[in-house]
Amino acid sequence: MASSDDRASGAGSSRREFLLVGASTVAAPALARAATETPRAAPRDPRMPAAMTLNVNGHDHRVALDIRTTLLDALREHLGLTGAKKGCDHGQCGACTVLLGERRVLSCLTLAASVQGRPVTTIEGLAKPDGTLHPVQQAFVDQDAFQCGYCTPGQIISAVACIKEGHAENDADIREYMSGNLCRCAAYPNIVAAIKQAKRAMAIAATGSGR
Amino acid sequence: MQPFIFERADTPAAAVRAGTSTRGPSAVAGPIQYLAGGTTLLDLMKLDVMRPQTVVDINALGDGPLGRIEATSTGLRLGALVRMADAAEHPAIRSDCPMIAQSLALAASQQIRNMASLGGNVLQRTRCTYFRDVTYQACNKRVPGSGCAAMDGFNRDHAVLGTSDSCIATYPGDFAQAMIALDARVEVIGSGGTRTIPFATLHRRPGETPDVETSLRPGDMIAGFRVALAPWMRRSLYLKVRDRVSYEFALASAAVALDVKDGQVADVRIALGGVATVPWRANEAEDALRGQALDDRTMEGAAQSAFATARTQAHNAYKVALGQRTLIRALREAAAMQI
Repeated sequence: MASSDDRASGAGSSRREFLLVGASTVAAPALARAATETPRAAPRDPRMPAAMTLNVNGHDHRVALDIRTTLLDALREHLGLTGAKKGCDHGQCGACTVLLGERRVLSCLTLAASVQGRPVTTIEGLAKPDGTLHPVQQAFVDQDAFQCGYCTPGQIISAVACIKEGHAENDADIREYMSGNLCRCAAYPNIVAAIKQAKRAMAIAATGSGR
Repeated sequence: MQPFIFERADTPAAAVRAGTSTRGPSAVAGPIQYLAGGTTLLDLMKLDVMRPQTVVDINALGDGPLGRIEATSTGLRLGALVRMADAAEHPAIRSDCPMIAQSLALAASQQIRNMASLGGNVLQRTRCTYFRDVTYQACNKRVPGSGCAAMDGFNRDHAVLGTSDSCIATYPGDFAQAMIALDARVEVIGSGGTRTIPFATLHRRPGETPDVETSLRPGDMIAGFRVALAPWMRRSLYLKVRDRVSYEFALASAAVALDVKDGQVADVRIALGGVATVPWRANEAEDALRGQALDDRTMEGAAQSAFATARTQAHNAYKVALGQRTLIRALREAAAMQI
């Protein structure tokens, strides 16, 4: 009983491959809808989908979305980028954290329509094209900074910004400025250790020295 | 979430024109809402507590004066679309009036501070469970005349100052305490142009109409805040006591600025958070301290006078003692500051 979904995912493919395939196949029909059905950016009938362009991980995605769609739902349900997680969906847990420009924000409390034209970076956009992990990703692996992993994409994105903000100067600083990312497994000590490791690695990468 | 029409405003006039196209008694419950950071609005729309018909995205106005911090030796102007994180980290604010920077840095999480605007922050709505959960039928703030489920409910987090028989919901913010303590003024753009009002008149005590939370009219938009600073306000701080050390609302907080000359209190500003229905200026406590030496007896007396009108409920009587001790500790820490 092969459905179209089965064909899209491909029998025997890994979950990661499925997600990547899903991303490309979901975006294409959305593009077609946007081009043919919704010429206006802000329809007066709130039930009509609104055409919008989202820039995610360096790529423009033209989509037509219900205006109520949050950035998190746009990423997960329409672009196939399921790295950002839906935890509380009310801005309390941080699992949905993404970068908007250079800043970490909560994608669950952000309307997709309100971020058009501004670059969004998700966990899928951190590693290099050759697969080399971002220093924060590598540090989370090295320091065993997660258990179930559900909060981890949000933790890692938040940590990238935390280090760049200059808020990772000491353990207390890290704990305070990472307090918006909850971890039910309580991997906090290892998360702090990972951020310290990543901070050193990023400093070396930036200046060629550890200071 | 209810469907809504989404609009973008590129000028303050366009925003206000969009916002004032309907009438009503209350800006916060109006059918047209401005979207800045969205951290309160989207949350409450998902909960079905707020159901605007039109959402006007005003973030493009942040490219103009609404997005700027202007700091001089005599004062600050904080644009309403300045993000909490930017004001919290501003060097002049941190040095010239630590109370303001701390009230922002101790609020929410960095993600939320990156998103939330100062204008939206002062309009943040209560965290009262019975307000946020629409399955509770009785909430005078949400459904006028329906009663108050918090009175007979779990009211540990609720207010002891400024309450009424209709509502005991706590004002949840922090920055507003700094603004009211410093006699800030609020620039408001409305259909009649720009006007400036004292911050102390922005929020309304619940009285019999807890659904009307501010003096803003539908369509009014906060453009910015003006604060006159004196050199002695370097001796100021915001102390926040909460159930966990970070990312939590205040059980009790105190914004204190202290001017001590020759061992006597020449001037003092005090506002309290976490304990009141609105940002709470503790005028009685200030009066009790001016001209006095700052010692255990005068601080104790000031703290008692600050809570003289407190009305407690079944689970929040602890807030009187906690609020008093929070104020005394804030005064002690301010007096000990090296400036």
